[in-house]
Amino acid sequence: MVKIKEPENNVKLPLSRPIIGVAGKTGLWRTMRPIVNNEKCTSCFQCEIYCPVNVIRVEPKLGVTIDYDYCKGCGICEDVCPRSAIIMIPEIGE
Amino acid sequence: MSKKIALTGNYAIAYAVKLAKPDVIAAYPITPQSPIVEKLAEMIESGELKASMIRVESEHSALAACFGAAVAGARVFTATSSQGLLYMHEVVHWASRARIPMVMAVVSRTINTPWNIWPDHSDFVDQRDTGWIMAYAMDNQEAFDLTLQAFKISEDPSVYLPVMVGIEGFILSHTAMPVEIPDEKLVDDWLGERTQPYVIDGLEPKGLGPLTLPEDTEDIFYGIQLAMENSKRVIKSVDSEYGKLFGREYGGLISCYYCNNAKYIAIALGSWTGDLIEAVNTLREEGYPIGVIRVRFYRPFPREDLWEVLRGAKGVFVFDRAISFGAWGPLFTDLVAGLIQYTNKLPIIVNIVAGIAGVHVSAEDFHNMLLSLINRVESGLEHGYFDWVRIRR
Amino acid sequence: MLYEILFYGRGGQGAVTASHILVQAAIYENKYGQGFPFFSAERRGAPVTAYARISDKPILRRGVFSKADLVVVFDHRLIQLGLLKKVLIKNNGILIVNARGAEISRNHINVEGKVHVYAVDATKIAEELGLIVAGWPVVNTAMLGAIVRALPILSIQSVEKAIIEYLGPRIGESNREAASRAYKELVYLGEV
Repeated sequence: MVKIKEPENNVKLPLSRPIIGVAGKTGLWRTMRPIVNNEKCTSCFQCEIYCPVNVIRVEPKLGVTIDYDYCKGCGICEDVCPRSAIIMIPEIGE
Repeated sequence: MSKKIALTGNYAIAYAVKLAKPDVIAAYPITPQSPIVEKLAEMIESGELKASMIRVESEHSALAACFGAAVAGARVFTATSSQGLLYMHEVVHWASRARIPMVMAVVSRTINTPWNIWPDHSDFVDQRDTGWIMAYAMDNQEAFDLTLQAFKISEDPSVYLPVMVGIEGFILSHTAMPVEIPDEKLVDDWLGERTQPYVIDGLEPKGLGPLTLPEDTEDIFYGIQLAMENSKRVIKSVDSEYGKLFGREYGGLISCYYCNNAKYIAIALGSWTGDLIEAVNTLREEGYPIGVIRVRFYRPFPREDLWEVLRGAKGVFVFDRAISFGAWGPLFTDLVAGLIQYTNKLPIIVNIVAGIAGVHVSAEDFHNMLLSLINRVESGLEHGYFDWVRIRR
Repeated sequence: MLYEILFYGRGGQGAVTASHILVQAAIYENKYGQGFPFFSAERRGAPVTAYARISDKPILRRGVFSKADLVVVFDHRLIQLGLLKKVLIKNNGILIVNARGAEISRNHINVEGKVHVYAVDATKIAEELGLIVAGWPVVNTAMLGAIVRALPILSIQSVEKAIIEYLGPRIGESNREAASRAYKELVYLGEV
């Protein structure tokens, strides 16, 4: 069995752990905003699978939700949606 | 119960590894290292050793496999020589910079080309900037002891660096000598279970070696330098506790012979120091005040210990079994750099490079060289000098 | 006192193993030893050189030597090949040959002074004890018995014990017997 013990003297290790928002609110980088038409959505999960920053959730009953705090507006979800249920519109701010 | 048997240097290392109870061994065959992992494979086959042997297609993969297993929490071992070590060089850096404890045996053999299987230290010293702790043995018993100690040093939380243990090919690797194997239970209690700073085993998501900004990266590397300094204390305490438990203590980072009141000191690394000590025995009988320092640990470089012994010396003769082409021997470079941390008045330091590519340097050869060096210093040589002595019979 | 012993044999006759067994025997008498081959590529049938050092003190010197206290020849035809000319047998040194009776002339060897020559028919002993590996009589253990008879630096009991330890009880026993027989059958041929 292996015993885990922190190195002495608080030395840094070349390790990373996944956390939300490691690069800040990346939603502020967005110039185009994805908008979902849940009536066209067939819950195929393509947008959730392809989203490079993991901010899309598909819930069969509730439809598609996007976390706009971290969505960078790349448009991949629009591109992969087979039903054109996602469209990109210019970002106008909150 | 401890037991004394005739073992080659390779088998001595294999028996030490067996006692350390590794989980994973991966290696690729190369002369003169192969008998180490062949022996370990036999031990696994017969059930004496419960470990996984990963067969790989190259040395690069051998160390990569060990690295991956070690990151996941396994005690690992590999061994190589010469071209194999050079081929795995990239991964050698990975292990130390990731602060992953592991042990590797380096059975020294010179570097191609031309094809040559005989030993010098060029493959070993070539690894000096990798962040590994680097130890070198003088006989098979020490090869055994150092290999076992390497696991303890490597897994110390104030160190967490990989350790390589060097022996000269053939001169030790294929030569049978008496080796005492300590009691298994005693070793188990002393070495204990594997310790490491983190594991990546899938239970908690983690990334190893992500893109890291210059300042953070520098901090990580600075930690290796600190760990090297810490390791000096650990190496010494492991040496002395091992001595108390198993009866053999070597003096820490260096071993000294006849150093008290020595006006002249010869310095060397590895098994040819045996011939050097024998030459110094004779010179002592002939009335010359000369001693020998054997460097046991090349990294961390034992500058404090060397300074303590050399501060009163008139002449220092450094024998290097490796050459940095266009410059001189690596031990000499490090020694001079180490000593000027303490003084601006260096003793006369001479660097002799010899024994390259497996050329045998006998006790008589050392006697002749030392005698002529002493005479040069006595007749008013004011500066050190460098010479590559090619012995021909 | 340090003794340096040279073995001349052919690949497959067990010269290197013999040097290792001698070290094991030294351990039983609290002595020190080194046993090693010439560091090169060994092939079955090719001339092979092995080396041993035995001493009552730790041995510091390493590597090959070309001046010996005792030279053992596993195949007497190697002498005619002129191989022994490459080494110097020390004054009052010993030469042991595996042969029924050997004609050794000073032309074939390189000696410092006088040399004591011994012979033993180790091939016959090996054949009679069934010590044949891949068609070759393995004479190494018989020659070990002869060595400690001619140069009593270690007892025959230690050598026999070392043979069993090194080779294991199954094949060790007939090899032990070979050493014991050669110890008794060694013949002194005189000074050369």
